[in-house]
Amino acid sequence: MRMRIYPLGDATLIVEVGDRIDEGTHERVQQALRALEAARLPGVLDLVPTFTSVAVYYNPAVLLAAGASAGAEFEWLESRVRQVPALGGSRLRPSPSRRTVEIPVCYGGEFGPDLAMVAERVKRKPEEVVKLHHQASYIVFQIGFAPGFPYLGGLPSVLNLPRRPEPRVQVVPGSVGIAGGQSCVYPLATPGGWHLIGRTPLRLFRPAQTPPTLLSVGDRVKFRPVTAEEFARLQEAP
Amino acid sequence: MNLEVIKPGLLTTVQDLGRWGWQRYGIVVGGALDPWAARVANVLVGNPENAAVLEIAQSGPDVRFEEDVLVAWCGADYPVLVEGRPVPGDRAVRVAAGETLSFGFVRRGLRAWLAIAGGIEVPLVLDSRSTYRRAGLGGHEGRILAAGDRLPLGKPARWAAKLLDQLRGRGERNVSWTVHPGGLGNPPTPPLVRAVRGPEWDWFSADAQRRFFTSEWRITKDADRMGARLAGPVLDLKEPREMISSAVNAGIVQVPAGGEPIVLLASRQSVGGYPRIAAVATVDLGRFAQLREGDPIRFQEISLLAAHHLHLVRERHLGMVRAGLVR
Repeated sequence: MRMRIYPLGDATLIVEVGDRIDEGTHERVQQALRALEAARLPGVLDLVPTFTSVAVYYNPAVLLAAGASAGAEFEWLESRVRQVPALGGSRLRPSPSRRTVEIPVCYGGEFGPDLAMVAERVKRKPEEVVKLHHQASYIVFQIGFAPGFPYLGGLPSVLNLPRRPEPRVQVVPGSVGIAGGQSCVYPLATPGGWHLIGRTPLRLFRPAQTPPTLLSVGDRVKFRPVTAEEFARLQEAP
Repeated sequence: MNLEVIKPGLLTTVQDLGRWGWQRYGIVVGGALDPWAARVANVLVGNPENAAVLEIAQSGPDVRFEEDVLVAWCGADYPVLVEGRPVPGDRAVRVAAGETLSFGFVRRGLRAWLAIAGGIEVPLVLDSRSTYRRAGLGGHEGRILAAGDRLPLGKPARWAAKLLDQLRGRGERNVSWTVHPGGLGNPPTPPLVRAVRGPEWDWFSADAQRRFFTSEWRITKDADRMGARLAGPVLDLKEPREMISSAVNAGIVQVPAGGEPIVLLASRQSVGGYPRIAAVATVDLGRFAQLREGDPIRFQEISLLAAHHLHLVRERHLGMVRAGLVR
């Protein structure tokens, strides 16, 4: 897909580099993000990578001060964005080596109340679902919904289920979910519509640290099954 | 030097202009629901525009200060008293050490922003002093204020200290001049909100497109700092279509499967997965801070160019006000 640049309201510009959720699109998003970060464009407040695009949050008033002509602020920013080297170039720059983060998970039982139901729906034994889930390798495609909530690509397609029709009102923090062809981990007690198959004792939101989350977009994630005893031992103070 | 909360009010929080730069970690921007009103209040007391202020909602707080201070508030119409006597908003006001500044119950609108010369100096968390309630961080202990809370205040600008001396010397409560934030570039008819088309505008049926900009909408009970759900005609897509979740911003009007639009506000999530029919112009975002259940609004379509023009005109006005004040 060709790169597409379009406005999202009067203070955000979207650089879209793909139209599907996959690793290739994710690579191009990461490339565009790194290129935009390096360019340090004036008036830019925030750069946010998502599944298929990078959102550029800007202050229109600053664009004018930086040389845009009145009445053509968006066009000015768009042309500056298009001139960013290697933004969507056909040749991908080698990405910095990915960090792999291992996340211990206690599957099933009270830790994963939906495991049995998931197993039934995909016509596998619960142990097989666990094995499929933890043997896969995941990439953090996007973080959103809650602080540190990762959307993890890489779920084996046999585990692809739609979300629950009625979301839970509150999910236990650390809950590991699957839905819509992806996996996730709930950092906080929020409402949640994914199927919960396990729980990690790790804290995903760490406001006192920089960055404030266990995971960053682009990280590789491996889940490691642990027993309830090990879960208790690894549990971090809130 | 501290501000002491005597009575907290219903939903009083510390806010600045938001926690920018951390959305990629899922951290919401938040900040004052009407950043413009917070900025004007700060300018009136000589603060940097991003200084932390109190956001007040519906039923305001009673507060007291350890030393004489200069304060200003903008936004909704509250019956504000100092030591039991009414004091006007939209201007610099002197509150002496030990006196009680009391906000009462709102008369019109919903929220106001109280700036104190020197700003509220709660610790910066992820570069901002805004209260982030869901994560329990920022502001004062990450929560709404409670009676007995004490908030540290910063050092006022020299200009503000001088003005405070003058008022004290003349025995005056407040300056006579004022700015009307509503008069600085906002449209005169309160229920009219200007908006540009959203990225998925073309996904919507011709009826939905027409209805969006011609119907009267009402604010539902689902309205808070994250967003406001609107009641009105159903907005349907030309054909069912799944959207890949993508970035959002304050003012984005997204339409979930039920067809009722939601206007996203300051404490929105960083990404959303519903088609975006429109986006409220930045200059009119503050309207939503003042609306409550049952209030009517209409959207008026403007071009992106017009939205930027309105924004720049308003910025120039504030620039002139600021230059005029500190001269």
